[in-house]
Amino acid sequence: MTITISVYRYQPDSDSGSTSSASASKPYMQTFEVEAAPGMMLREALLAIKEQDETFAFRHSCGEGVCGSDGVNANGTNCLACITPVADLKQPIQVRPLPGRPVIRDLVVDMTQFYEQYRAVEPYLIRKDPLPEQEIRQSPEDRDKLDGLYECILCGCCSTACPSFWWNPDKFHGPAALLQSWRFLADSRDQATEERLDALEGPYKLFRCHSIMNCVEVCPKGLNPTKAIGQIKELMLEQSV
Amino acid sequence: MPAARSIPHRHFDALIIGAGGAGLNAALRLAEADLRVAVVSKVFPTRSHTVAAQGGVNAALANVLPDNWHWHMFDTIKGSDYLGDQDAIETMCREAIPTVYELEHAGVPFSRLDNGRIYQRAFGGQSQNFGGEQAARTCAAADRTGHAILHTLYQQNLRAKTHFFDEHFAVDLIRDDEGAAIGALVLDIESGEPLIIEAKTTLLATGGYGQVFRTNTNAFINTGDGMAMALRAGVPLQDMEFYQFHPTGVAGKGMLITEATRGEGGYLLNGEGERFMERYAPHALDLASRDVVSRSILSEIRAGRGCGPQKDYVLLKVDHLGADVVHQRLPGITDICRVFLGIDPAKEPIPVFPTAHYAMGGIPTDRHARVVAPARHGPEEVVPGLYAAGECACVSVHGANRLGGNSLLDILVFGRAAGADILAYVAEHPNHRPMRDEHIEPAVARLARWERQGDGERVADVKAELRRLMEDHCGVFREQATMTEGVEKLKALRERVEGVRLRDQSQTFNTARIEALELDNLVDVGMATLMSALHRDESRGAHSRVDHTERDDERWMKHSLYSRDGDRMDYKPVRTKPLTVDSFPPKPRVY
Repeated sequence: MTITISVYRYQPDSDSGSTSSASASKPYMQTFEVEAAPGMMLREALLAIKEQDETFAFRHSCGEGVCGSDGVNANGTNCLACITPVADLKQPIQVRPLPGRPVIRDLVVDMTQFYEQYRAVEPYLIRKDPLPEQEIRQSPEDRDKLDGLYECILCGCCSTACPSFWWNPDKFHGPAALLQSWRFLADSRDQATEERLDALEGPYKLFRCHSIMNCVEVCPKGLNPTKAIGQIKELMLEQSV
Repeated sequence: MPAARSIPHRHFDALIIGAGGAGLNAALRLAEADLRVAVVSKVFPTRSHTVAAQGGVNAALANVLPDNWHWHMFDTIKGSDYLGDQDAIETMCREAIPTVYELEHAGVPFSRLDNGRIYQRAFGGQSQNFGGEQAARTCAAADRTGHAILHTLYQQNLRAKTHFFDEHFAVDLIRDDEGAAIGALVLDIESGEPLIIEAKTTLLATGGYGQVFRTNTNAFINTGDGMAMALRAGVPLQDMEFYQFHPTGVAGKGMLITEATRGEGGYLLNGEGERFMERYAPHALDLASRDVVSRSILSEIRAGRGCGPQKDYVLLKVDHLGADVVHQRLPGITDICRVFLGIDPAKEPIPVFPTAHYAMGGIPTDRHARVVAPARHGPEEVVPGLYAAGECACVSVHGANRLGGNSLLDILVFGRAAGADILAYVAEHPNHRPMRDEHIEPAVARLARWERQGDGERVADVKAELRRLMEDHCGVFREQATMTEGVEKLKALRERVEGVRLRDQSQTFNTARIEALELDNLVDVGMATLMSALHRDESRGAHSRVDHTERDDERWMKHSLYSRDGDRMDYKPVRTKPLTVDSFPPKPRVY
């Protein structure tokens, strides 16, 4: 059985040996026929396209949904190509780069601002007390609070599905970074709650979230950034009274 | 390709190639000491393959059962089939304890016991009291331990302000006339521009090369880049015949199903519903060493006792553990089964098959992660300024077979050791050695080679053939005739690589060019593997010869060294003397 896939093409330099006659400087959709195998994932279909045309570029690596390289937009929804079965996608499948980010080439987008927002929330454990000789104790209940937070793979599916991030990618942290912010606020070992909350003040960084919940819908790991954002807001309120 | 002299240069105290656990743990130590550190990675750091490690990291914390680093040391040496270097193994097992506490302090979200301590589970090849009852030594963050560790190390490097060159591909090392490592030529994948990084010290931390086998548990990026760079720089590779096939890859697909499934109480069944490990490892059963379990599975299948219509896999049963344990302790495995097999492991057994997983061999180093190679004064002379750590290195702590939970430990301990030694080296050698154009030219030529145009074979076709060849001629069971044929075929294939042409000559994010450079690397490490395997006519650890089924300590208790120049094999003795305790002499290895 063959399947039909249309992929977004954009080749910024002109000397690539693409088989297409379309102008190199303008983006276009190119259709490929790919032989489908049972259980085939979208990543394998994209690899089959690359077999036909080596100039086709996309990021991918682990093939099992843990490295977060192959976030793409398939039929209008952000997903990880390696864990999205082609059988679940209506044909012809339309594969585009993650929305709202500058395109470098084909499905490869520039994630610089996404990573900048991640760095901006100081995503690391901050301890002020002297460290014990052994582990810092943490109860299983406190550890459970990190489930649903630490598993983020930074694929960017959420933030690039968020209208608030599309409008203000330089000012609004976006769902991925805010999920990380809550991951450290929720960690019983972290001792920088006040500083973390103070840094989130203002109309943009946190408060541009309007609970549209696109992030929750697309997260390939089943995480819930909207809920995390709500919990940050609640904690802010608690601390201010 | 611009001429060597027109390529821009950047200067750092330390260059680290690879941003997995080994590279990032070294970088963290150096950045915290205010060295100028450059980390070059062909992917964004959290995409490195450490992220996929599942089960955990070994340390004798004794949080669950009595334990002791000396017992850990014994298990590791026995697991290595007595080929591991005992000084390095002592270092690793001692350092494991502070290393895990340090990681916890850095923020790793380890699973916890009721008393708030780090959760530890049983893993294969672990014992109390030098071969007694099963130990519980593997510290875990559910079954996502590698992910938890890699993200934490990256985060701490952000705090320490390490300088990252994300999505830069290292083309080759640069060495001066005395053979010292003085930097590397790298390619900015996004712009397609080359860049020279001059460094007082260079650490290779590029991981494994599982992509040389058709079916494997490894990421697409695991192409042996650092190992091949070392070979081209004249450094031999050590013990490359020892390649681990993990017993439980998803049958027909290859994704890893962690040993933690068996550590939590899962077991294997053949087509007749028997717990067949009783026959092969009556004491340790399903928690025997990986080489033993992989061979047992294949023996069952060869005897016609496989499962399924083709009788070509076995089943891994965890459903008796209950949905709570499966979903809480093994959430990642639950996801993999759901997505790739359409089953819930809490309800149905998982079809599994031994799958190419891990390189015990690699770039020879001492226990300070300094690269050592044969030179005038013996087989282990330090290459000035050059370090290697993690899967690309061979310290050797894994010898002929690695125990589960020791690879995350290896990358952390020896990544850290590399950092410590680099600090001392840079203090003693504060100046960059001069770099001249002729030092750079071989690396530039390698890059320029892929600019040749015209008709020729395609990278993808040659790569596919290489992967099939390695699987057919250098798998779990090996013998003289098939390996001799394999070497001949691989030599012919290596010749053909010269005629391969790249159609895509564009600059911006040209992934075809990266895959071409990776093909060069895969061919070199594939040859190192096959040649080393062909010459070792005994069975030890993961290297299992049907024509030489016994271990031969008299002739073969020594490390193999493969050099690219003339495909030459050399050997050097195993370091059997630990640092502070008595040696563990070789004994028959039963589980």
